[in-house]
Amino acid sequence: MNGQLLKVENLTKHYPLGTGFLNKTVPVVRAVEDVSFSVEAGETLCIVGESGCGKSTVARLLMRLVEPTGGRVLIDGTDIAGLKTHELRASRRRMQMVFQDPYSSLNPRLTAGQIITEPVENFERLSRKQRQALAADLLRKVGMRPGMMHRFPSEFSGGQRQRLGIARALALQPSLIIADEAVSALDVSVQAQILNLLLDLQQEMGLAFVFISHDLGVVEHIGHRVAVMYLGRIVELAPCEALFANPVHPYTEALIAAAPVPDPTRVRLEVPVEGEVPSPVNPPSGCAFHPRCPLAVDRCRIEVPPLVPMADGRVVACHVRAPAADTSGRPVAAASSSLTVG
Amino acid sequence: MQMQKLAGNDVLLDVRDLETHFYGEESVTRALGGISFQVRSGETLGVVGESGCGKSVTALSILRLLPKLTARTVGGEIRFHGRDLLKLSPREMRQIRGNRIAMIFQEPMTSLNPVYTVGHQIAEAVQIHTKASRSDAMAKAREMLRLVRIADPERRVNNYPHEMSGGMRQRAMIAMALACSPELLIADEPTTALDVTIQAQILRLIVDLKEHTGTAVMFITHDLGVVAETCQRVIVMYAGRIAEQASVTDLFARPAHPYTQGLMRSVPDRRHGRQRRLPEIPGIVPSLREPIVGCSFAPRCPFAIGICREKTPTLRDIGPGHAAACFRAEEVMGG
Ligand SMILES: Nc1ncnc2c1ncn2[C@@H]1O[C@H](COP(=O)(O)OP(=O)(O)O)[C@@H](O)[C@H]1O
Ligand SMILES: Nc1ncnc2c1ncn2[C@@H]1O[C@H](COP(=O)(O)OP(=O)(O)O)[C@@H](O)[C@H]1O
Ligand code: SF4
Ligand SMILES: [Mg+2]
Ligand SMILES: [Mg+2]
Repeated sequence: MNGQLLKVENLTKHYPLGTGFLNKTVPVVRAVEDVSFSVEAGETLCIVGESGCGKSTVARLLMRLVEPTGGRVLIDGTDIAGLKTHELRASRRRMQMVFQDPYSSLNPRLTAGQIITEPVENFERLSRKQRQALAADLLRKVGMRPGMMHRFPSEFSGGQRQRLGIARALALQPSLIIADEAVSALDVSVQAQILNLLLDLQQEMGLAFVFISHDLGVVEHIGHRVAVMYLGRIVELAPCEALFANPVHPYTEALIAAAPVPDPTRVRLEVPVEGEVPSPVNPPSGCAFHPRCPLAVDRCRIEVPPLVPMADGRVVACHVRAPAADTSGRPVAAASSSLTVG
Repeated sequence: MQMQKLAGNDVLLDVRDLETHFYGEESVTRALGGISFQVRSGETLGVVGESGCGKSVTALSILRLLPKLTARTVGGEIRFHGRDLLKLSPREMRQIRGNRIAMIFQEPMTSLNPVYTVGHQIAEAVQIHTKASRSDAMAKAREMLRLVRIADPERRVNNYPHEMSGGMRQRAMIAMALACSPELLIADEPTTALDVTIQAQILRLIVDLKEHTGTAVMFITHDLGVVAETCQRVIVMYAGRIAEQASVTDLFARPAHPYTQGLMRSVPDRRHGRQRRLPEIPGIVPSLREPIVGCSFAPRCPFAIGICREKTPTLRDIGPGHAAACFRAEEVMGG
């Protein structure tokens, strides 16, 4: 288990809904349920799934912006839950986040230079000279002119603001960047520029990414491995090429089939999946996908399918497509903790 | 198969040299710089381009729904069945809008009223434009909900918009738009806010309903994938003008405008390999507040030559049903 930058074990997050009366149990939103994965240095792990499936909650749990209901997050083998404030800050240096909205995530009253050097100044005082040198260096890294450090966010285009967000994330020389829908709000031509920048940075600096997106085309382009989430759970985690060439979970299959393809000669099959994603407050019993699944059998309505390792190094949670080898004695936890995919 | 059927050749909507401006405190934004195109009865025409290129303003100009104080259509004609919509009185325009030309938007809540049930609103739309009785109109509302494949229409007809999911609201809005059997449906990014599996359902619904009713559709989207799956013809817009116009097959097989080509190449595509750098379109879109000299794409264009910076290329035919506003379209298409 060494060489892993990030390891996530059985991570769970339930948000209470309202406050509930006295000893009455409070209903909860099951935002993230028993999620495990790992990320190695220099790799891109993508998380895909439709809105509300828990992607952003995973990101917030990784950054410890919210406390988990259960499970652990380990950075370089150290559980971040046990860390004191200053240790937590040090561990955060290893991991930085880039958000979707380049407009709201930058303080409009600070200059570009101040914005991107701010994370460093939280740790150490910089002289004006040092700050300018750092700002210039960071701007160059993200393909902007150092002269732009004196401008304010409102003077930049959407793509440039996203570059600033990335520059700020790079300031502390992290090993891992969590990008939550970082290119989703951008037009495709600008999106291409930012994806190129991320690929370049990965090459030059050996950065790892947890890249969260609902856009399968982008994920296929940039990912090494992909985790597919549905209603808070990972339903399939596979090497990127294998996942797209041969989706195993019926939901993965539906998701890939639903994505529009810019090729008018392709013949569209029938509508890939009916119905809508149910509420995470009352998720369906058994496999949460069963009400929409064309393959569902009785067992799917009763038992939560465990993540089962497959021969090609992926894990899949589906009673039909990935039946557990030994259905009688095998505990669910055993399957989900053996989830590390090479 | 939906390709050949219904796409007649009679022109339903004929837009000529349409120019729309926005008036700010100190500047004028030339949002539409003179665009011309036609929608034929029964066809689906895609309108594609990146944000700010003028897609929504085109729709709002046709429907005469531009903000009154700040925007004006300053030139051109919008002929619907030969009559210029720009010359109609507000009353005449109301009879066309929602009745013969209907629209749906990205966010259904902009056209659904939160304080009335969905059934009430559809029935009302029916009653405004026909002489139907209240009970006939409600029956029509239920029928429309069934048509857009909302499960349990008898119950859903009494739902308020907030009691529905995003996908269901979009279906309800389509039901309302189609209740009066319009000849033209203008759909402005109707699936952009939806998840991909719901998008697939709504796209299929629009394609099916179009076949079933013969309504022509003007489908506005920024997504080339959506265009490929739903449209027969496409116009590509850039900076308030039409850069290219073609059948959907020609557009994807032989893009003739450097912008179209750049746009297509910048979309990640497995056929071109993973984790390679994507071809970028350098630079940014021009400001529409200053007059543009020459081709508006010239500063970003790998094909640009001297004339591109001096003269404005007009949309010209380069093949059957294929037109591009580029001096070098033939070379672009060939290379
Ligand atoms: N602070 C919160 N309080 C209550 N519920 C929340 C909160 N944040 C997210 N949720 C719910 O948790 C689920 C997962 O949300 P999120 O992680 O944002 O999903 P995604 O990023 O995949 O769209 C959703 O049902 C959402 O409504
Ligand atoms: N309400 C408005 N006030 C001022 N300018 C506007 C307004 N709406 C649109 N514009 C201008 O018109 C141009 C085209 O906008 P729009 O048609 O909404 O683009 P899109 O192609 O993204 O739908 C924009 O670049 C913008 O400058
Ligand atoms: S006219 Fe010139 S600048 Fe404009 S797109 Fe064609 S080649 Fe490029
Ligand atoms: Mg999110
Ligand atoms: Mg728009």
